[in-house]
Amino acid sequence: MPLYWLVLIILVIAALGYVLGRSRALRQAGGNQRLLHSLPSFYGWNVALTVMTPAFGLLVLWLLVQPIWIERSVSATLPESAVAEGSSRDLVMSDVRRIAGGLGTLGVEVDQITDTDGLADLRSALGAVGVAIGSDIQLGVLHAAESYRQKTSDLQTYMWIAVILAGLGGFAVAYLVTDKDFRARNSVERGILIVLIAAASIAILTTLGIVLSMLFETRNFFAAHPWQDFFLGTDWAPDFRGGSELAILPLLWGTLYISLIALLVAVPIGLFAAIYLSEYAGGKLRAVAKPAIEILAGIPTIVYGLFALITIGPLLRDYFALPMGLGESSSSVATAGLVMGIMLIPFVSSLSDDIINAVPQTLRDGSYGLGATQSETIRQVVIPAALPGIVGAILLAASRAIGETMIVVLGAGAAAAQFDRGLGHLVNPFEAMTTVTVKIVSQLTGDTDFASPETLVAFALGLTLFVITLALNILALWIVRRYREQYE
Amino acid sequence: MTEITASRQSLLLPDARTRSRNAAEKRFRVYGMIAIGLAVLALCVLLVSIVSNGAGAFQQTFITLDVAFPEDKLDKNGNRDPAEMAKVTTFGYAPLIKSAINARIQAEGIEIEGLKKPERMISKEAAAQLRNFVLSNPEVIGETRRFEVLASGRVDGYFKGRVTAESAKRDKNISPEHLVLADALKNAGALETRFNWKFVTWPDASENRPEASGLGVAILGSFYMMLVVLVLALPIGVAASIYLEEFAPKNRFTDLIEVNISNLAAVPSIVFGILGLAIFINFAGLPQSAPIVGGLVLTLMTLPRIIIPSRAALAAVPPSIREAALGVGASRMQTVFHHVLPLAAPGILTGLIIGLGQALGETAPLLLIGMVAFVREYPDAPPEGLFDPATALPVQIFNFTQRADPAFVERASGAIIVLLIFLLITNSVAIYLRRRFERRW
Repeated sequence: MPLYWLVLIILVIAALGYVLGRSRALRQAGGNQRLLHSLPSFYGWNVALTVMTPAFGLLVLWLLVQPIWIERSVSATLPESAVAEGSSRDLVMSDVRRIAGGLGTLGVEVDQITDTDGLADLRSALGAVGVAIGSDIQLGVLHAAESYRQKTSDLQTYMWIAVILAGLGGFAVAYLVTDKDFRARNSVERGILIVLIAAASIAILTTLGIVLSMLFETRNFFAAHPWQDFFLGTDWAPDFRGGSELAILPLLWGTLYISLIALLVAVPIGLFAAIYLSEYAGGKLRAVAKPAIEILAGIPTIVYGLFALITIGPLLRDYFALPMGLGESSSSVATAGLVMGIMLIPFVSSLSDDIINAVPQTLRDGSYGLGATQSETIRQVVIPAALPGIVGAILLAASRAIGETMIVVLGAGAAAAQFDRGLGHLVNPFEAMTTVTVKIVSQLTGDTDFASPETLVAFALGLTLFVITLALNILALWIVRRYREQYE
Repeated sequence: MTEITASRQSLLLPDARTRSRNAAEKRFRVYGMIAIGLAVLALCVLLVSIVSNGAGAFQQTFITLDVAFPEDKLDKNGNRDPAEMAKVTTFGYAPLIKSAINARIQAEGIEIEGLKKPERMISKEAAAQLRNFVLSNPEVIGETRRFEVLASGRVDGYFKGRVTAESAKRDKNISPEHLVLADALKNAGALETRFNWKFVTWPDASENRPEASGLGVAILGSFYMMLVVLVLALPIGVAASIYLEEFAPKNRFTDLIEVNISNLAAVPSIVFGILGLAIFINFAGLPQSAPIVGGLVLTLMTLPRIIIPSRAALAAVPPSIREAALGVGASRMQTVFHHVLPLAAPGILTGLIIGLGQALGETAPLLLIGMVAFVREYPDAPPEGLFDPATALPVQIFNFTQRADPAFVERASGAIIVLLIFLLITNSVAIYLRRRFERRW
């Protein structure tokens, strides 16, 4: 039976608990609500929550632990001979899982299959129900599969019993403690508070999940590939047949170069736009220009990516790169940088706008009083006062640029920078150059083998990216806090 | 008496220093205006480029043909057994189309020198279309029916200006004679280019039939993911912001949560894709390409972006409301759920809708969890459908850009128009809600 039914049964018990708990409390108070410690519905909720919490908690725990436990115990019974030459225990186990699934649908008697003919028949029968097995099934594998199936269905039954018992147990306890002096409201509110805390803790769990998943796979990567080569090597040439050069420096160069161009576009435009909008612009211009710039922030990055691919790339190639003889590729550092710069304009401008507006008017008035013009006031009073915030905004924009993926996937090209081709190649903005994020995508999409360093390198790249952006974010926050002027 | 020197200027005339200061002022203003101009220009160029490239995707060229369904080809035994009829593959239907278009050319009296293989003008999808039709309506065998079939991507491109006689010469899929024939058929009324809803409803099609590809599966997949995000992110986000804003004591644990939330909001989205791949697919064993995994990843990514505005909305409710509720004997929990939360609801809702909009356009994390797969089957209805393979709208756009045929550039831009329309709707709803319900205290 599907799992929904179990969930539904628990919900029904909980609903019943609500009704019964509420009526029991009322009955104990002789129908007089005023004699109760809490409102009647709290007594109902108390029972319902005490049913659901242990039952659903147990269910989730069971579903997490069961596959791991079955995997372990079946894998231990798998004879050494069942693991063929050139194969691994993991691969055989995945066959075991699939055969077990097929056996469940077929419903054949495994004990009667003893010879190779029976195994061949079984293989074709499995193929007919959509479980295609690559090689001939071995007897050891078949028995492992049968025990896998058996254990799964047994445990499934135990799980149903255990979960329903947990729900009923919760019901009994909560129902029996219900009387007119029971502090039901406090009990329910404590429960809700725990739920709220759990929800807030998901942020910590997410960070933990990110760091752990990447650390774990990065460790596997460094076991297969020396870390010195990764951090200090100068070549990026993955080769799935082995002997790859996997160094981060060429990718990091591409990332930083593209981000630099993006900032060179976004910072002046964003900053001047923010200054003009907050200091000069009249109501009408502000009402039109500010939302227009903010629309840029709401456009998904894939749209910018396509814009780079079909408009900006060919434009830069035909009017700049080809006439100047600097390159013939439409995907280039300049393409990706320019488009990313456009994407970052609203980011810089809206953050700077807020910061400039936070500079108190008295500073400006003081400056005007001394005879400064408006632009002198802005350059010599407002900007210095807002500088920490602006630097913070620029750092946040930089962290955005470094982590941006779709624009560079579509606009920057797939070839890594080659250090041995000299400085001219490295600084040529019309050269196609790839980035850390592009390589994460290309190494992790398609058929991936989580044992090869060519796939695992993506996790090391991801961790590096995470660390860099985290450092930039923390630095930005620190600068803002450390150097912010406190105005009354 | 001091002598007024002749060199002294009138006070009404600015001196050199003032003039240069005023010029600097003017220059500064011009820089600002240029900056705004550039930003607005970029927006306009972006939108014009996408719309001009993508508008064509909503138009499609169709050819009307009278197709005969001979019994000896489609049902040799004549017993209308569906299993037997299904054995005739789409290759068996290609000759029907060939003879149908030849008949049409003769009927219209069109003669073009050097015309070979006129059936190349018709999409390869047409054979599959006929086969599906015959299998579901076996009674048409032996009859002739009028059919509207898709023209091939090249013929369609000819009417949209993408293909010319020049380019057709170099193209092995079409010849200039085909284009002459296309014009002749158009004059005869057998061929027309018109609005095509199916671009939005059809599933994706393979590399060499761009004319038949659509966004149906992608839109459905995106919708399922948004459903997952809504169901998970709304309660979790609201609960987390209530705790942090209303109940959390000032301690290390609270600080840790706050730092984590603000950092997660700035973590690159691709990192969430790595998380999804490692945790949900490799560790928990959820299927690849499934909307449930995409939804979970997007939920984790969207949560901080929902929590931040929700907290702002809760903080904006004045303390007097809380004090009044507490004063008449409500518990803190009752105060929050009965009074503060309803008053903060419009702000929370606005933040939620904007967060959903961002999640809808997100591509990078979905690439890593296998949403790039080629999926032609529509997923089932939820909840089972959440585990079926599907794609998502932004990933479908990315998929289109990776294909060689230039017709897919038009499809990609068209898909972006659809995506932008969705975003426009969600953001307008958010703005409307804010205008309509937001209260200033």
